[in-house]
Amino acid sequence: MSTEVTVEMITCVIDGFEVTVPKGTLVIRAAEKLGIQIPRFCDHPLLDPAGACRQCLVDIEINGRAFPKPQASCTIPVENGMVVKTQLTSPVADKAQKGIMELLLINHPLDCPVCDKGGECPLQNQAMSNGRETSRYEGVKRTFEKPVAISSQVLLDRERCVLCARCTRFSEQIAGDPFITLNERGALQQVGIYEDEPFNSYYSGNTVQICPVGALTGTSYRFRARPFDLVSNDSACEHCASGCAMRTDVRRGKTLRRLAGEDATANEEWNCDKGRWAFKYEVKNRISTPMIRNAAGQLEEASWPEALAAAAKGLTNAKVGVLVGGRSTVEDAYGYSKFARVALGTNNIDFRSRINSAEELEFFAAANSTATYKDIDNADQVVLLAFEPEDESPIVFLRIYKQVRKRALKVSTLTPYTSRGSEKLNATVIKMVPGNEVAAISAINGLTGKSVVLIGERLSETPGALSAALELVNKSAAKLGYVPRRAGDTGAIAAGAVANLLPGGRLVSDATARVDVAAAWGASALPTETGLTTNEIIGSGTNAVLIGGVDPFDISAEAKLSLSKKFVVSLEIRESDITDIAQVVLPVAAVVEKSGSFMDWQGKSRKFDSAVESLNRSDVRILSMLADEIGKPINLPTVSAARKEFEAIGNWDGAKPSMKSTGTGASLNVGADEAIISSWRNLLDKGSLQEGEDNLAGTARATTAVISQSRASALSVKDGELIRVSNTYGAVTLPCTIADIDNSAIWLPRNSTNSQLIKVLGTVGNSIVKVSKA
Amino acid sequence: MAFTTEQTSVMDSIIARYPRKRSAIMPLLHFVQSIDGYVTNEGIEVIAEKLELATAEVTAVSTFYTQYKSKPVGEYHVGICTNTLCAVMGGDAIFASIKEHLDIENDGVTKDGKVSVEHIECNAACDYAPVVMVNWEFYDNQTVQSVKDLVDGARAGNPPAPTRGPKTLRTWKQNSAVLAGISDGLANEGVQAGAPTLLGLKKAKGGN
Amino acid sequence: MTKLTPVLSAHWDEPDSFTIAAYKRNGGYTAVAKALAMQPDEVIQMVKDSGLRGRGGAGFPTGSKWGFIPQGDNKEHYMVVNADESEPGTCKDMPLLLANPHVLVEGIIIGSYAIRANYAFIYIRGEVTHVVRRVQQAITDAYAAGLLGKNILGKGFDLELVLHVGAGAYICGEETALLDSLEGFRGQPRLRPPFPAIAGLYAKPTVVNNVESIASVPAIINNGVAWFGGMGTEKSKGFTLYSLSGHVNNPGQFEAPLGITLRELLELSGGIRKGHKLKFWTPGGSSTPIFTDQHLDVALDYEGVSAAGSMLGTKALQIFDETTCVVRAVLRWTEFYKHESCGKCTPCREGTWWLVQALKDLEAGRGTEADLDKLLDLCDNIMGRSFCALADGAASPIISSLKYFRQEYLDHLSQGGCPFDPAASTLFENAGVK
Repeated sequence: MSTEVTVEMITCVIDGFEVTVPKGTLVIRAAEKLGIQIPRFCDHPLLDPAGACRQCLVDIEINGRAFPKPQASCTIPVENGMVVKTQLTSPVADKAQKGIMELLLINHPLDCPVCDKGGECPLQNQAMSNGRETSRYEGVKRTFEKPVAISSQVLLDRERCVLCARCTRFSEQIAGDPFITLNERGALQQVGIYEDEPFNSYYSGNTVQICPVGALTGTSYRFRARPFDLVSNDSACEHCASGCAMRTDVRRGKTLRRLAGEDATANEEWNCDKGRWAFKYEVKNRISTPMIRNAAGQLEEASWPEALAAAAKGLTNAKVGVLVGGRSTVEDAYGYSKFARVALGTNNIDFRSRINSAEELEFFAAANSTATYKDIDNADQVVLLAFEPEDESPIVFLRIYKQVRKRALKVSTLTPYTSRGSEKLNATVIKMVPGNEVAAISAINGLTGKSVVLIGERLSETPGALSAALELVNKSAAKLGYVPRRAGDTGAIAAGAVANLLPGGRLVSDATARVDVAAAWGASALPTETGLTTNEIIGSGTNAVLIGGVDPFDISAEAKLSLSKKFVVSLEIRESDITDIAQVVLPVAAVVEKSGSFMDWQGKSRKFDSAVESLNRSDVRILSMLADEIGKPINLPTVSAARKEFEAIGNWDGAKPSMKSTGTGASLNVGADEAIISSWRNLLDKGSLQEGEDNLAGTARATTAVISQSRASALSVKDGELIRVSNTYGAVTLPCTIADIDNSAIWLPRNSTNSQLIKVLGTVGNSIVKVSKA
Repeated sequence: MAFTTEQTSVMDSIIARYPRKRSAIMPLLHFVQSIDGYVTNEGIEVIAEKLELATAEVTAVSTFYTQYKSKPVGEYHVGICTNTLCAVMGGDAIFASIKEHLDIENDGVTKDGKVSVEHIECNAACDYAPVVMVNWEFYDNQTVQSVKDLVDGARAGNPPAPTRGPKTLRTWKQNSAVLAGISDGLANEGVQAGAPTLLGLKKAKGGN
Repeated sequence: MTKLTPVLSAHWDEPDSFTIAAYKRNGGYTAVAKALAMQPDEVIQMVKDSGLRGRGGAGFPTGSKWGFIPQGDNKEHYMVVNADESEPGTCKDMPLLLANPHVLVEGIIIGSYAIRANYAFIYIRGEVTHVVRRVQQAITDAYAAGLLGKNILGKGFDLELVLHVGAGAYICGEETALLDSLEGFRGQPRLRPPFPAIAGLYAKPTVVNNVESIASVPAIINNGVAWFGGMGTEKSKGFTLYSLSGHVNNPGQFEAPLGITLRELLELSGGIRKGHKLKFWTPGGSSTPIFTDQHLDVALDYEGVSAAGSMLGTKALQIFDETTCVVRAVLRWTEFYKHESCGKCTPCREGTWWLVQALKDLEAGRGTEADLDKLLDLCDNIMGRSFCALADGAASPIISSLKYFRQEYLDHLSQGGCPFDPAASTLFENAGVK
């Protein structure tokens, strides 16, 4: 338990009203508490106070002693005995604010009618509420060349900028990417980049959102809509397990933009650029009707009854398995879970459309992942195991970085080399040397009950590592956080969309647990055998597979071929590699079209409603119809029915089993011209949800292979020169980066342009590749 | 042109002066100017690398200070004070006539690359007004003619000596090294003070 | 008639005055030996008792500033000397450092010892190459003489002193901007609190003092509090450098007790140039509201100047005679503030931009009397609204010139331009000739 410190409360008077707030609260925020809005531009509650724009000037006196001049309310904490007079009660403050506003506007263009910000612009709004009726300025306004592309996705119109420095402070203080700065000075001061280094921050979109004027705009959205034509909906991000609250803005049935929503317990007010700018997949190559493969091997449009009948026929009386996509909502995952057990009578279900192991199933059953963002806030240290937060869960990164910046939080990371993210976190790198991972984890010490251990899904790729990690957590009483990469994974585990678990973490192997669930489902009995893993389902274990939103190349190079020999029913939003081989294709709703919830890595549920009207239905509704067709109903006709039933089942209170698997990592002999490959996915890569987002892709990190200095010397290559990485499957050629990686290892991005490892090399880690100069 | 090993080791010695290395950014920028004549991209990149900063952060600093130049200046950079006092006492006239004399605008460089001209703000020598600085050396009590002679001499390779400075005027790059904290051994050259500096003392001693 | 009191300037007329040999010959580096034999707190107390106030403009008591440094806090402390001297009209620290840099070095050793700092910096403006040479040499020679570095004078006190050269930014004379600049950032002022005494350089307790203030310390240590207090006035004790420039027969530096008047100083400098009369002047640089010939007898100490509606500032007395157009003078100062505005805050950045345009119009005779009121209102929206005092300085000459010379502004409007001949103000005959 975190110890709650008693906060001293301060009482002051603002515009005649008494208000009591925690010590340290700024005047501007104490006023907000009373509903008094003091105009502001540079102020942002999550950035360090700047006091730069001077728009929030108010009159202040303390215990009868008045400040001689108005003070910036965004920089002054309240004090007992303080009397504040805002523009509402002080003519001096009112004139000061009007004066500042007039000055801000003298060089601001009157281009509101063509500005993206028009209609939702703090400058426009506050000029109306706190400005003069007319300007007295008769001079020439400052102009700049416009717009400047400071990256492929962010444009800068400098003449609109009021130099509040929110964007530059965000970049430095929140993202740790000081690639935009204030340059020049005085009236020529302007935001800018170094000419050869664009603003390629994973978080750059937040600057567009917090810009109080139209100076920073998103390339993809520029000139596309007026704010007042948009319908806004609260939503949740489907791109990863960070759990961002989002806002989706829709015009005439089409998503035009997505913004970070606010949630102090998750993303605060930020999100990453993938979450913000990768949504066109919703409309590309959509499947609009059911299809059945005909005798000639072609997919043919079919009616729903025909398609359901065909699917039901193919799935019954078969060795069947269910693969659940990583982006399923909790309700959909629950639908798959129940469908597998009730309609198909099998535990052959797995949500892991990625590298997967049986050891990991044990981990799901045994692990008690309870850590939260708040635990990171209070942690004495954070240990990252096979988890690269900036790429794999960007908000987790921001929340750790916040503590690193604020209080030098100690971070250690088990990783192959010091990545940019590790550098920013000033992390102690525990070198992940192939074959040595388990020993390295076991050697970690000094953890306490206030430590947080964050485990990434890649840890399962090293035999024995998850067991060692769990042992580490158990012996130190540190808090464990399992942070899978995809948005649906935590929910899928909770819903039992996995071979050894039923909803609420109940063990398939536990008879009482089965009885519990069977009772809730009105089933006489549930299958008792632990089911097959993804690999086994794709392999020889089945001859029919129900697949929801899976990319076979996320799993293995052979998955597609192997699945093509089976009876495949595909629930999909758009044409994919699975569509190519499916016998029956059933269209389902994309995230924006459906309601549901995602469970973030903390286990926190975020519900959302459909943002876009659509005829498409959520997976769970299709599954319910299919179950009816099979004759073994699951009775989940709506998303809300599924949610209600899932919540009613609740979490299991039985004992967690311990892990039995052990291992010592890979043991490979590496020749001089060989290396053991390791990888993770960069945040921005060839992921299918990023398809068609060219502006976003323009800011992706360069695709390079990381090698050691001694390997570089041996190959006589310099930093940036091309190397070739090959095995019996194929080869990739890409520039190298020299870093502190082990001599026996090489790191490549897992799924980036020119480095799609599963497709090309058939491996993502722990196997030997040849490395040569290209 | 790449910096030599010797030059990068000077950079390291500059960094070593400070308890925290970021503090070295300004002398390093002066040092880059002593090699390249202005703040080149390569200079920015080397500084960023040495100080572990983003290149944007170095740019932010280099563009803030007016002595850091984003493009080449002359071998002799002439700064004419046109702040109120010097302007009124003749700085405006000097500035106007020198621009015309050299046929360049403010911040311009003569075609031979020898002389550039910039109007500058108060240079802490008001008792010597009108003041002109060349490569940041004092030229006191100037007139239109004296500055014409000065720039003509500079273009011909024999500029007159500063009023309060070394015996010989050094080039922009040479003086930039001094500003980077690298001694040129000329501190003992030149007067200790000019007459206005000594006026009060003289009066106190009963002089006229 | 106030008597001049050359202390800092006492030996400037010796040709080698800037060398360590000359400084020692004239009794230099004896105060440091005395100070190092005292307890640091005694040194602070002595400077407090002397009544020495900051000579950089604000006039804050130097000893109190030192006393704010928390002691026994197990943090590094820093002493930083502000040698950025850039306020228009101000020209005392540069000639001081050119003629005798060692007095500053000695003052720094004493001050650092008092506040328990083992690292000190001189932040000098970058546009003074020869002064940089002299100060750098003084530091090098002081190290060689065992006055800097480890175990100074065998007293167990260590001090590193680094000369940091600026690069052209008036704002770096503002102490928090100076600290940001010294840390390697853009020289923009910081939020206060925290004040430098608590979180200054590298967020550690730091004293920032002007050159002249620190240079005055060795004499106080050597001659005592009573001696120092024997000069000047009740609240403005001691001697200081007054810098006379402009339309006087003999401009220059005058070291005198605080409280001397311009009338006296004019007499010493041979008066206004022949055939002309005083029109307006700044008591302490361009940021201090201007005075006129009504103020000849104002006591030039902190209180006297303040009571007369201006500020003592840096004691930079810029003298203008009746040939000078006040609108032109003010415009040029305003252009300076625009050029030097750091850009951080709205009123300064945008305000100075607007003020320049407004004054250019007025100088060219465009506008009506209502524009003068608009100009004053604009100043009202700038003054006291900005992040630091730079913008206040920008408004000062405008407000004060309109107070004393409103008619001259109106004359520009009625005549459709400037009624003055700029050539008449210059020092040389052919000023108008190109």
